[in-house]
Amino acid sequence: MKRRNFLKACVIGGATISLGKTNKGWASGSFDGYPEAMGVLTDTTRCIGCRSCEAACNKEQGLPEPAKPFDDKSVFEHERRPDAKAYTVVNQYEKKAPGGPVHRKIQCNHCNEPACLTSCFVNAYTKTDQGAVIYNSKVCVGCRNCMIACPFNVPGYDYESVLNPVVKKCIMCYDTRLKVGRPPACVDICPQEALTFGKRADLIKLAHERIRENPGRYYDHVYGEKEVGGTSWLYLSSTSFDKVGFDTTLNNEPIISNVKEFLGMVPMVLSIWPALFSGIHLLSKKTPHDEDGDHTDTTQEDHKS
Amino acid sequence: MKKMIAQGLANVDSPFGESGEKRGVINKLLLGLTPSQYLLQAFRNPFNWILGIIFAIGIPILLGRFVFGLAWATSASNDYPWGLFLGFGLFAMVPLSSSGFQLGTAVEIFGRHDLEPLERLALLNGLLGYFFAVVYLLADLGQPWRLPYPMVVSFGPAAVLFLVAWHVSTYLSVQILEVSTAFFEWIGFPAGKRGVRRITLGLTVSGIILSTLHQGALGALFTYAPGKVHPLWFSSSFQWLHFFVSSLPGGLCMVIAVSTIARKTMTWRGDRNFHANLDKVTVSLAKGACMGLATYITIKLIAIAHDNKWSYLDSGWGQWFLFEIIIGFMLPLALMTYGVNTRKMGIIRTGAFMTVFGVVLNRVNTAIITFNWKLPEREIPPWREVVISITIFAIYIVVYRFILYRLPILYRWKQQEAPELVHETVPNAAAAGIREASLIPVASYSRMTKID
Repeated sequence: MKRRNFLKACVIGGATISLGKTNKGWASGSFDGYPEAMGVLTDTTRCIGCRSCEAACNKEQGLPEPAKPFDDKSVFEHERRPDAKAYTVVNQYEKKAPGGPVHRKIQCNHCNEPACLTSCFVNAYTKTDQGAVIYNSKVCVGCRNCMIACPFNVPGYDYESVLNPVVKKCIMCYDTRLKVGRPPACVDICPQEALTFGKRADLIKLAHERIRENPGRYYDHVYGEKEVGGTSWLYLSSTSFDKVGFDTTLNNEPIISNVKEFLGMVPMVLSIWPALFSGIHLLSKKTPHDEDGDHTDTTQEDHKS
Repeated sequence: MKKMIAQGLANVDSPFGESGEKRGVINKLLLGLTPSQYLLQAFRNPFNWILGIIFAIGIPILLGRFVFGLAWATSASNDYPWGLFLGFGLFAMVPLSSSGFQLGTAVEIFGRHDLEPLERLALLNGLLGYFFAVVYLLADLGQPWRLPYPMVVSFGPAAVLFLVAWHVSTYLSVQILEVSTAFFEWIGFPAGKRGVRRITLGLTVSGIILSTLHQGALGALFTYAPGKVHPLWFSSSFQWLHFFVSSLPGGLCMVIAVSTIARKTMTWRGDRNFHANLDKVTVSLAKGACMGLATYITIKLIAIAHDNKWSYLDSGWGQWFLFEIIIGFMLPLALMTYGVNTRKMGIIRTGAFMTVFGVVLNRVNTAIITFNWKLPEREIPPWREVVISITIFAIYIVVYRFILYRLPILYRWKQQEAPELVHETVPNAAAAGIREASLIPVASYSRMTKID
């Protein structure tokens, strides 16, 4: 009777646990990105801060009218970040530098192993073969974990919406352009050819070529080649990247590698704990041990059940 | 209520009234008072007036959050996506609710039946803490009606939050079952109670597993943001251990804190067993909490040494970190150790309150205060966010008090279980053979009937 009850309890407990178990896999070791993935190389030395990419993005994505028009340069007074109403913004750095200010376009960098994707508990994000990180807003619950996880602070949340707020960010114009092989709207409109669209692998070569050909013009680093496992969007700069708003403290490991230690521990707890604690329970029952002289009978539970 | 009892009114602690009639649900809900008596005692309580003021302001704003959206109610910040609702509500309430699984384990697995006077309080504390963490979550989610999505619509099994969602929801059900025994006694449904008692061991073991994992998982959530949380509060190897281990003293000290408050403010509700054993059980819990605190402080320091982050201590952040670990963890450890050795209950309880403060501060630090430490500006939550957080916490207190007043948590339900027990124990004893000598379960609730 006792043993049967005990086993029954174990089975019920086990069933409860297995509900939480499902397929708790953890992401693969390292992923260098899809071979055919496209990307964009941003050459900040060519950017003049005309903000036409912002205007093109706004039109292409059907975003609301901004508070200040796109030819208003006063927005450069403050550093901005992408949000639900603007998927890309241009910021001005090194305002008093002898070579003139440096402009940098910010948008989703479309990581090879996106932190947003790995942190999303409804799997809303997808890294497409073409390299874009897109998302399914129909399943977004609004936990905003992707915004916590994104090392570049890119995803914005549509806080204004009451009934259907979702995360919003650049999708490399996947729906309207990238899918059919056309470059994103911002690249198309850039008058300075500061943005180059192409296969990511080719762009990396191109970037290093530019540095080699013109070592005085460029700082010798291609931002996004290795950062957080590599990104589809790559950058060249005339000065060190930390001076123009880039986070240079990021590791080359993808964000998910920080989480693996915990995820690896999960199956161990799931498999060892039940046996361990049921065993301790059995042991403590077989050897009635009078802790504080309070209870003389440890078999009480059998009688209750 | 104190005055009412002084005037000769009896507590509701059995299915039968003073004159032997069976109590109805309304009678039990009104604590055995007449409606006018009940209202009178409610009005007399000054704490109710404070709650009334909070609700008068807070409830409309809480409802407004769902009418006007998150932008109206919260800071709506893209840089601080998790504000007070999660930073305080979810991340601080969950560690303080680890009491349920710890006392469940101690009593049911390790057979520490001497802790039983507080077992139900610990279980209830766990259940309510989790439940209100979910309430905070619902207030924070952009589309709360989609909360079941990770369970039914779309799965992201590689995400830590997926694990949290599954584990918190299953653990919530486990805790409802664990607390339901008290409810079944109160409502008068012994079959339900017996059914739950039968699976108690399974429930308790699954409680340990689920708690270990999601307490740790809440910490692991921050390993997604290695550059955003200040290095002193971040450790990719130890983050889940920090959260898990600090939740242990956090939960135990929360039970000490709540039982202290309950003993002061609802003396009438605790029975002789509760009041007589409270100090002894508190000492036991404090011993456990001291072990937890010592372990936590050790692994916290190991983590700093592991990544060689000592230099960060010499900064404003470092001082804030030292404040947290000294006031919230080291000092309480010293106080409680001293209190346990000298049996000075006041010192133990002070230490427990400080630990609760320390755990809350640690979570708020990780999620809000030191989050985005590289950004130039800190974010101060707007007043509506603060008001909503306070309101939900006030609802938590009201529900907590409502249940403590009524269900047999702090007292034992006097019930004639004798016929059932005979029926139950005879076949059991025959099967158990060797344990025949122990026909009457010493620590069962039926014993109280005889004593009182």
